[in-house]
Amino acid sequence: MTWPMRRWRSASAWLAIVLLVVGGTLALGQGSPDRGPIRIGFLTPLSGGLAQNGRDILNGFLLYLEEIGYTAAGRRIELIVEDDEGIPAVGLTKARKLVERDRVHLMAGTLLSSSGYALAPYIDAMKIPMVYPVVSADDLTQRRRSPWIVRTGWTGSQPNHPFGEYAYHTLKLRRVATIALDYAFGWESVGGFQRTFEAEGGTVVQKLWTPVSVHDFAPYLAQVDRDVDAVYALFLGRNALQFMRQYQEYGLKGKVMLIGAGTTTDEHVLPAMGDEAVGVITALHYSGALDTPDNRKFAAAYRAKYKKVPSYYAESMYAGGRWAVAAIEAAGGNVEDAAGLLAAFRRVKPTGLPRGPVELDEYGNPIESIYIRKVERVNGELQNTVIETFPRVSQFWKFDPAAYLKQPLYSRRYAPVRAN
Amino acid sequence: MAARDAGPRWKLYVLLAGVVFLVVTPPFLNSYWVGLLTEILIFAVLAMSLDILLGYTGLPSLGHAGIFGVAAYAVAVLSTTYNAGFWACVAGGVLAGTLLSAAFGLLVSHVRDVYFLMITLALGMVLWGLGYRWIPVTGGDNGISGIPSLEAHAGLPFRGPMSFYYVAFAIFLACGALMAVLVRSPFGFTLRGIRENEARMKSLGFNTWLHCYISYVAAGAFASVAGVMWAYYNGFVSPTYLDLTASSELFLMVTLGGPGTLVGPVFGAGAIVLLKNVMSGLTERWLFILGAVYIVTILAAPQGLWNLGRRRSGASPGAPPGDAPATRPGVAGEVRA
Repeated sequence: MTWPMRRWRSASAWLAIVLLVVGGTLALGQGSPDRGPIRIGFLTPLSGGLAQNGRDILNGFLLYLEEIGYTAAGRRIELIVEDDEGIPAVGLTKARKLVERDRVHLMAGTLLSSSGYALAPYIDAMKIPMVYPVVSADDLTQRRRSPWIVRTGWTGSQPNHPFGEYAYHTLKLRRVATIALDYAFGWESVGGFQRTFEAEGGTVVQKLWTPVSVHDFAPYLAQVDRDVDAVYALFLGRNALQFMRQYQEYGLKGKVMLIGAGTTTDEHVLPAMGDEAVGVITALHYSGALDTPDNRKFAAAYRAKYKKVPSYYAESMYAGGRWAVAAIEAAGGNVEDAAGLLAAFRRVKPTGLPRGPVELDEYGNPIESIYIRKVERVNGELQNTVIETFPRVSQFWKFDPAAYLKQPLYSRRYAPVRAN
Repeated sequence: MAARDAGPRWKLYVLLAGVVFLVVTPPFLNSYWVGLLTEILIFAVLAMSLDILLGYTGLPSLGHAGIFGVAAYAVAVLSTTYNAGFWACVAGGVLAGTLLSAAFGLLVSHVRDVYFLMITLALGMVLWGLGYRWIPVTGGDNGISGIPSLEAHAGLPFRGPMSFYYVAFAIFLACGALMAVLVRSPFGFTLRGIRENEARMKSLGFNTWLHCYISYVAAGAFASVAGVMWAYYNGFVSPTYLDLTASSELFLMVTLGGPGTLVGPVFGAGAIVLLKNVMSGLTERWLFILGAVYIVTILAAPQGLWNLGRRRSGASPGAPPGDAPATRPGVAGEVRA
């Protein structure tokens, strides 16, 4: 019997590849020079449906690192970027790579709440500080706090608490219908709005939920109660574009006022929108059109480098990077002491962020300004003009944190629509 | 026939070398690589289980990740919501997946080819939808996190990735051996007969429906074992591992490695997990590289890497299907994939 040489070859080729890869990285992984570069691991979706948002987050970070010449506290910064594909298990595998193979001192990134929750136990077990610039799941800094996660972004309900009061008192709304993506981010944003809006005396008369994969809003728009003062919408990306267009096609625009969560008109989709978006009022902790020296400088630099308006995603990691570097400097560059670095994160109050002044509350979430923004056309371009600022808004708004945490998390069922 | 199926001696050497590699090297590796090897072993069990259906019985399932996911969710729900013990979680996970495939098997065992593919695809999407929308139980989009680590939950005296690796390795060996016994048994040969020519098997008096059903349930049981390991390995579950992308990736592992062999899918799983993780660290355009690898494999080795050369030594591809020898592997994958 002759031995089939081809199979021999393919088998041994595979074995050789495996050995080479494993051996090569073994060699690379050896040796850690003292006081070498500060290694920062960065996770973000760079492929899949969220790639564009993920790219924006990374762009903001790169812009800041270039500004400081990749050095902090006299040490060089080495950035290691990994694609988490927007899939939690992939994010975890990549986080393992960053921590266990690349030996990073600090991690940052990720976009989806599901990824955020999935990484938390691992981060706590490995005791590596991680910056969450975007993940907005409320409970990460509320009922399921994770000591090693530093959220530099926001909670989904945070901008919506002041927005509910604003809608009642300034916009004089009394009856509102909501339409939002059917997942945690949607529930928490709508829940936050409903809570304060109803506390002031308004009523959310209808809560519609669309699947995240929604393609056609016709069945939902047909259900919208025409007898409301405003519709509150929460979408992002492609959904937001489609929703705006169909809202107009259904003749609702101009008849029923449209308000919503910040992502619905965020700059990652705003340039692709037309006049249908003009006049929409939303709330967020950032606006690309925020008229402060810090933001003007940031927006100009971002535009020069990436040829587009900065979105809140872009700002998130520019600010996150600034925050991280402030912490590294406060820790004297001694990033090897993870606990010290974490303490520095909690201590520093970074200045010069495009979004304005921030500080962490004792639960690890930023206290920051919330902006009410109105879409306007300025010099032919749509922008989120800031029409009202609520300074120093915490994730608990005016409520007592302990009492707040006894309430259930905002969900699809909480708070329920009251019978009217 | 049995002697030929056991393969020439070189195959044994390669397998032995592989086993020795998997036993000896991990203590010398960085824990990250140990983690990746663990992931490979889990997906290897899963890919082998799909191969029982795809390669041996000729039933292309696009919902296999759903069964795997249900087992993982069962572990997650039992260990977090009900604080169940280790063995209860393991048994619960395996039982949930197996019972589910026993139920699904009733719906799919009478159809073949593209109809089987479509129905399993639909069932898989139903499971994904449940994971995504049955929020009180599954946590929806956020999934369930906080599954205890396997070592702590099982009360093992050891901790860390290395001990998990060896547990996974032992389970992998046990599952691999069981599946090897299964496909080499008279039952396994009947499955291959069904794959090659179901009408002939029927006329010989075989109950082909029952064989397909048992094959589907057995594949589901092994997939559940992989699902239980996956839940413990990650410490959380989320709907992404039930969806079509996951099922098709699994499909690729089998077709890339070589359907109709048990070793092929192991290599397929290893190749895909390594490619994804190594390439994505080197370049942002890693999806192109992955795509290129698939295309090259389909063109150069349409029956999978482990079947390379077999086509030339075995029957010619143009042989009439009825005359194909029963041991000719990979045909189902080639024709139906």
